[in-house]
Amino acid sequence: MKTSRAAWLFLAPALAVLGVFFLIPVLGALALSFTDYDLYALADLHNLRFVALGNYWALLHRPVFWAALGHTFYFVAVGVPLSLAVSLGAALLLHSPLARGRAFFRTALFAPVVTTAVAMAVVWRYLFNTKYGWANHLLGMLGIHPVDWLGDPHWAMPTIILFAVWKNFGYNMIILLAGLQAIPVELYEAARIDGASAWRQFRHVSLPMLGPTLLMVAILTVSGYFQLFAEPYVMTEGGPLESTTSVLYLMYEDGFQWWNLGTAAAEAFLLFLVMFAVTAAMLRLSPGARSGEAA
Amino acid sequence: MGIGTARGAWRRWAAIAAMLCLAGCAGRHDDTVVFWTFGPEGDAVARLLPDFERVHPDIRVEVQQLPLSAAHQKLLTAIAGGTTPDMAQLGNTWLPELVALHALAPLQQRVAGSATVAAPDYFASIWNTNVSGGRLYGVPWYADTRLLFYRSDLLRQAGFEAPPRDWAEWRRMLAALSHPGRKVYGILLPTNEYEQLLSLALQQPDPLLRDDDRYGNFESAGFKRALTFYVDTFRLRQAPMVTNVEVGNPWEEFGRGVYAFYLSGPWNIGEFRKRLPASQQAEWSTAPLPGPDGPGAGLAGGASLVLFRASKHQREAWMLIEYLSQPQVQRRFYELTGDLPPRRSSWDSPLLRDDAQARAFREQLERVKGTPAVPEWERIADMMQQVAARAVAGELTVDQAAAAMDRQADRILAKRRSLLDRAEARQ
Amino acid sequence: MNPRLAKALVNGLLLGGALVALFPLAWMLAVSFMPAGTSNALPPPLWPAHPTTGNYRQLFEHAGMWRYLLNSLLISAAITLLSLACNLLAGYAFAKLRFAGRARLFRMLLGLLVVPAQVAMLPLFLMFKYAGLVDSYAGVVLPGMATVLGIFLVRQYARGLPDELLEAARIDGAGELHIFVRIVLPLLRPVVATLAILTFLAAWNDFMWPLIELTGQGHYTLPLGLASMAREHTEGTEQMMAGSVLTVLPVLLLFLSMQRHYLDGLLMGSVKG
Repeated sequence: MKTSRAAWLFLAPALAVLGVFFLIPVLGALALSFTDYDLYALADLHNLRFVALGNYWALLHRPVFWAALGHTFYFVAVGVPLSLAVSLGAALLLHSPLARGRAFFRTALFAPVVTTAVAMAVVWRYLFNTKYGWANHLLGMLGIHPVDWLGDPHWAMPTIILFAVWKNFGYNMIILLAGLQAIPVELYEAARIDGASAWRQFRHVSLPMLGPTLLMVAILTVSGYFQLFAEPYVMTEGGPLESTTSVLYLMYEDGFQWWNLGTAAAEAFLLFLVMFAVTAAMLRLSPGARSGEAA
Repeated sequence: MGIGTARGAWRRWAAIAAMLCLAGCAGRHDDTVVFWTFGPEGDAVARLLPDFERVHPDIRVEVQQLPLSAAHQKLLTAIAGGTTPDMAQLGNTWLPELVALHALAPLQQRVAGSATVAAPDYFASIWNTNVSGGRLYGVPWYADTRLLFYRSDLLRQAGFEAPPRDWAEWRRMLAALSHPGRKVYGILLPTNEYEQLLSLALQQPDPLLRDDDRYGNFESAGFKRALTFYVDTFRLRQAPMVTNVEVGNPWEEFGRGVYAFYLSGPWNIGEFRKRLPASQQAEWSTAPLPGPDGPGAGLAGGASLVLFRASKHQREAWMLIEYLSQPQVQRRFYELTGDLPPRRSSWDSPLLRDDAQARAFREQLERVKGTPAVPEWERIADMMQQVAARAVAGELTVDQAAAAMDRQADRILAKRRSLLDRAEARQ
Repeated sequence: MNPRLAKALVNGLLLGGALVALFPLAWMLAVSFMPAGTSNALPPPLWPAHPTTGNYRQLFEHAGMWRYLLNSLLISAAITLLSLACNLLAGYAFAKLRFAGRARLFRMLLGLLVVPAQVAMLPLFLMFKYAGLVDSYAGVVLPGMATVLGIFLVRQYARGLPDELLEAARIDGAGELHIFVRIVLPLLRPVVATLAILTFLAAWNDFMWPLIELTGQGHYTLPLGLASMAREHTEGTEQMMAGSVLTVLPVLLLFLSMQRHYLDGLLMGSVKG
């Protein structure tokens, strides 16, 4: 009894904060998405109308929403596998017994993760400047024609993907490294005795054992990447030709530039539903879930 | 255990300090007039302030210089969040929007009782952009219209003695002055700025919105003509397909002759005078915008000084507005920024009368046209430019672009239509 | 494969990776010391020929960087301290204090992790508007005062504390708060350090919510100030790089000095107990 009362007292601050500043607003967003809150409503609340699913219906009929969804999917579909591949590669390198100066390399490879995204996005913007940036300078040294990285609608999103991969690969690298380090050495021994090459050891020992960790890391990365906002905001302002407008960027514009809060709330919820569906699908389709626990 | 308690105590004190800080920092300093400026005008005001403060020693003014690109958003956010300043520099195309939000204080009484602000002295079309629903909400601070800045030496080299008077001449000059192979272009038209296309569109007899501003009118013959001229300029490679982000430093590029024409506003008179070397000052000038068949209309732009309804220092802020409206102060302001005075008596001095570059503006100011006075206008103009940029990139034909603009404008104006219908039904 | 070749390959790739990871940071630092206008040259310089602190001086004297730095420090510190208090209390309660519905409540909290924070931002802004808290430090600090991830981390760690110690104290008649402050907190020191640095870093680097809530320039944090300068395109490359250095350096240094704790927290948070 006394313990439980103390428990509730201990929990009270955190629960109050989460309840008031997260749960209630989320429910409020749902309610907001059923209204047509806009500039007129901001001026006079009597101008507010209840539109039920009207905002959702309108969004599904707006080409710009589908475009934003498409750009976000593009970012996730290309960025996540790329990021995971680089993270896994780096983890394998760090894990290798042949590696020297491991502590230094681990810190160096992880450093981008702790930097401020906005600050590094600004740096990236200058590095990929068409005329004076290092990216094109390096291309020039290799004899390749300069690319209009942030000005060409076809190259802007790839540039942002490159940035996201650079910024985040260290995070998953650490987790995968820990996962690799947890694999019992005997399994590798057994495989080596059976004559397996390094590649086969990787495919048949490392990968399966890393399975659950890889899945978890993939899900975390996917949900993080769906929330693309800061990079287009700083680097491209959603352009060129809206090619880097993500769903959250659209939500920010609709909500805080044009004050169509009803539409913006609907966009946020649609994004949430999409994220939920994708991560649920990933969980369901993962090999572990289908065939039971990996060995 | 000693460490535990010490850390616990330290943490408790720090938490208390943090909370006190939060409580104290939630408010603002309440004894100054907060004045929001956007763009280079802020600097000029800061220089004019000492004189004002000498005359009114009891009034303190805090001038906040905010980024121009975020101006619209900052204003709306402040209104939405209840954090408006006391007064602000407001682009006059945004006035209807802020009036619809009940954000501005009406100013008739103050103007009627003022010795300095005399309505008839102002250019009529500029003054009218400050009137909404029959009431006055702003005092014009400076007038603005977009017209041609051009390199007179480059034109002469190509065989043209005078700037273009109509679109046909202009097209000829652009063709002669563009050398895309050498990355030299006739004109700079940043694809993410709508003022250039808007200026061309306002030269047409067709209005931009129809039916009492309920529907888009972008599929009119006039607008399509303007859009075609605009898109062709890029198609013929007489303007580069860049946004103002990629341009970097437009003054340097203009000085280097990368662009022969630059469609821009009066503040650039001050900027070009400041940033181009003295040797180049004779090589550039300004000219009114050519229209389809002769000198054309321009954007009735400019900014006003407005008071916010929620301000607690309206009296003091009004004194600053009066001060800034004095003809001699406006002339000094012109010297500092190149922004043009909106009242005729301010033009009455050798400084402006004999200013060759300002003359083109004076001429065009008599021919300016306003944009539709609807709260959604900024959104519609932004959308118009986004679609136009896609037409420029070749994704849409002019007809498709015009249709898309109308579709989206109609959607944006839906709420306005329903409110107007509701009001009419009640009558 | 030849073992010498393999070793060269592995270390070569690591070196290459480290170069790619660190080059933008090094370049940012180098350019910040270049005189204005000199970095926009062909070929792009890697090293300032005439290093100067002019860009930093310009930022501090004319662009109000002091204000941004101070705001970032204040807000991050406040969030860290307050959220430590809330998360520690709650995490410990979930780990060691038995009460009805504990498991279900915790699962509900985990469920909240699924919802992206941006969904809450629009109504949160309206809430603060009606409370008069828009453009205030409180508006940024209050929502950050407790996080599900923080509670999870503390619970994870606290579960490993010996029950006997707590039971013994209870039998001696000590109150729960007393037990928490005198016995548990010292034992939780590692997770406190980890949580502190994770929270501070996250608060320092936070962007979207401060962008929405802090509308006045006087309250801008470093990321906000930097983004505003970036979108305005008035500052030169060198000054923007100096601004980036000022934003990134404090947290980078903090991370380097507390690397162990940070990485431990990262791993703890990813292993679902």
